[in-house]
Amino acid sequence: MLKLRMRFEKTGRAVYISHLDLMHTLQRVFLRAGYRLKYSEGFNPHPVVSIAVPLSVGCASVCEIMDFSLLDEEVDFQKLREDLNRSMPEGITVTEIYVPERKASAIRWMKVTGIFEYDNKDAAALVPALTDFYARPEIPVNRRTKRGEGVIDIVPHVRDLSVSADAEGVRLTATVSVNEPSINPELLAAALRQNAPELAPDFAKFTRLEVYDETMEIFR
Amino acid sequence: MDKRLERILPRVQKPARYTGGEYNQIIKDKAEVDLRMAFCFPDTYEIGMSNIGMRILYGVINQMPGVWCERVFAPWGDMREEMLQAGIPLYALESGDPVAEFDVLGFSIGYEMAYTTVLDMLHLSGIPLRSADRPDLVPLVFAGGTSCVNPEPMADFMDLMVIGEGEEVDCEVLELFRKARNEGWSKRQFLIAASRIEGVYVPSLYEHTYNPDGTLASVTPLEGAPERVRKRIIEDMDSVYFPLHPIVPSTEIVHDRVNVELFRGCIRGCRFCQAGYVYRPVRAKSPETVARQGIELLKNTGYQEATLMSLSSSDYRHLSETCDAMLEWCEPRSCSLSLPSLRADNFSMDIMQRIQKVRKGGLTFAPEAGSQRLRDAINKNVKEEDLLNSCRVAFEGGWNGVKLYFMLGLPTETDEDVLGISEIANQVLHTWREHSPNKNRGVRITVSTSMFIPKPHSPFQWEAQVPMEEYMRKVTLLRDSIKARNVTYNWHDAQTSLIEAVLSRGDRRVGAAIEEVWRTGGFLDAWSDYFDFDRWMKAFAVCGIDPAFYACRERSREEVLPWDVIDVGVRKDHLWHEREMAYQSQLSPDCRKQCTGCGAAGLLKGGVCDA
Repeated sequence: MLKLRMRFEKTGRAVYISHLDLMHTLQRVFLRAGYRLKYSEGFNPHPVVSIAVPLSVGCASVCEIMDFSLLDEEVDFQKLREDLNRSMPEGITVTEIYVPERKASAIRWMKVTGIFEYDNKDAAALVPALTDFYARPEIPVNRRTKRGEGVIDIVPHVRDLSVSADAEGVRLTATVSVNEPSINPELLAAALRQNAPELAPDFAKFTRLEVYDETMEIFR
Repeated sequence: MDKRLERILPRVQKPARYTGGEYNQIIKDKAEVDLRMAFCFPDTYEIGMSNIGMRILYGVINQMPGVWCERVFAPWGDMREEMLQAGIPLYALESGDPVAEFDVLGFSIGYEMAYTTVLDMLHLSGIPLRSADRPDLVPLVFAGGTSCVNPEPMADFMDLMVIGEGEEVDCEVLELFRKARNEGWSKRQFLIAASRIEGVYVPSLYEHTYNPDGTLASVTPLEGAPERVRKRIIEDMDSVYFPLHPIVPSTEIVHDRVNVELFRGCIRGCRFCQAGYVYRPVRAKSPETVARQGIELLKNTGYQEATLMSLSSSDYRHLSETCDAMLEWCEPRSCSLSLPSLRADNFSMDIMQRIQKVRKGGLTFAPEAGSQRLRDAINKNVKEEDLLNSCRVAFEGGWNGVKLYFMLGLPTETDEDVLGISEIANQVLHTWREHSPNKNRGVRITVSTSMFIPKPHSPFQWEAQVPMEEYMRKVTLLRDSIKARNVTYNWHDAQTSLIEAVLSRGDRRVGAAIEEVWRTGGFLDAWSDYFDFDRWMKAFAVCGIDPAFYACRERSREEVLPWDVIDVGVRKDHLWHEREMAYQSQLSPDCRKQCTGCGAAGLLKGGVCDA
């Protein structure tokens, strides 16, 4: 048996595939590509796969990570990658397959980028005000989690935030915390809606760019 | 992707059903395409993608050189609202292009309750609803599907309707259309030519007159259109196209598995069953074809479940060997096989046990009526002892739930027949007590009743539907007679059944009411979330239509029926004879035992039915 890790992108039309649907989809991708995933024992066997940090519907990513086990004894990683990609729905692409050296729970930070669209405002003119806003010493955001509603100050959990003008609006790039707490990039837009509605975009969309460990080393 | 759409999608339920991009979707280069067809399914993505007819025709049409056929489904209410607000017209999933830009719209209409959704989809596309309001040849709007065996309720909206199986005739229509468009024909010119294609009904070429009592007096074909339009069928199920590289949805659909047809048609001849008559004659795939296609499909899709489909799977001659061939491939790969529509007999139970090694969910039987007399009258050739025997085998084998389906309001039904239903439920419960190896797990017996709806082209096409009050009286009678704690009783609401009955046997005048319902907010009426009985009753009143005239009136043998113009192959005399047999509670043999000469074999060139 082979314990493997793949890095994949989920962009374009595929961003609307939910996490649960993605799990089913990937399971079928392996089967039609002709590889045998290891399944759990028991009454309703399901493939033993795990996606490191589940992605919200509507958010794109070029750095998704999934661990899986193959029953096949020997596999050419390059060929496996090509076979899987041939079997993928539009918008999902495996970029790398390798033997993992550490657990995915070591992921602590994630770099994200977002486009803020403004319908009736000059986006470029908002850059200084946005920069000031995110430089505030404290930014409380009300958010809903599995454990209920609560207010969190996002400032300690967001690093290297930058704001710039972009053809589509304002581009925001930041590194956010993963796990205890997890900062959904959506909170960066919610922070504006709740604290500075005059700066809130009419639409915001995000893309995950990279994942890091505790020491800001790129996670592999 | 459309910028406006990008903003809407994160807000709506299950957005993946609105994006396309699934594995095996067909994308073509527009520069190499000269005919674009929007295959419109008047229900949600999850329902439409589960429809095998749609899958087949999507594949067949896309095989035509220069033709690109894309999928269009009805948006759910939240998405519909968002699209209207943002001014986004209905679009096709593959290209994202607005439906109004297509040359042809083809609707697959399988059930009457989808009619308002058809109109809504035309409206969301920005296309006039009525054929008469679309003077140009492009876009052509046509329909096919089972509900077209009575084309009249939707006649005013469709330029033409295709009767029967579409694999060949759809392509013939599209080729003729391409020629007509390239040569600049008028719409009328094209429709007259199209009416010469066997299986094509052009509503505007038939004139209807009515008697003072409201019944149809005459139907006159114009411009040389045929007196009757003959249903098209595929003769050879082994050589006909079958999609082996189907789209695999990236979101859950209703039938999320591989579907393979075993055969078309049915040998049984249950007298209430429209499908049992309109899909005749019986034509089967060879067991080799079924197994080859099934295995190929499992490989090509990554699904781990295959369903062998037909109207009555236990009547497939080679069921055992087909299952064995499939299981040989499936078992080592943890794939499973499912067989819907099994009859309650020993043979079926044997097969069930063989294929359901792991999961033992519920088992469903449809005795349809509560007494042997009534089951004989409807020609449902199931005996109580067969049913109980099947239940015994099931309980012994570890199943602990049985669902029993019945109809109320069948012709000749008495209160005794109704009470017989609860008697059967008690017998099943008794069987469980006697034979269950593990009574601690309990048992769930579910009795469901629906209201009988007389359907065109069935022996009961002349029958009256019982009034809603009478159905509810029967429901109450049955409910009060079911005492056992382990027996649950569900009944289908009468209101939808009444509307369905009106639409099923409606004439051309009913179209106005469908339009009025849509105009006053109706769409997705097959969903209880959206169905509004009062809206329908108001629309009937506005249009001067008495629903009872269509639903609850018994027709005479002489009456001109709106669907007489459609020839499904079965003789009207045969249907009448079957109806008379029903009133004598006389069984007719199944087609395999003895041919009753229904006429459907005449649709085959060789004239030999494979019952």
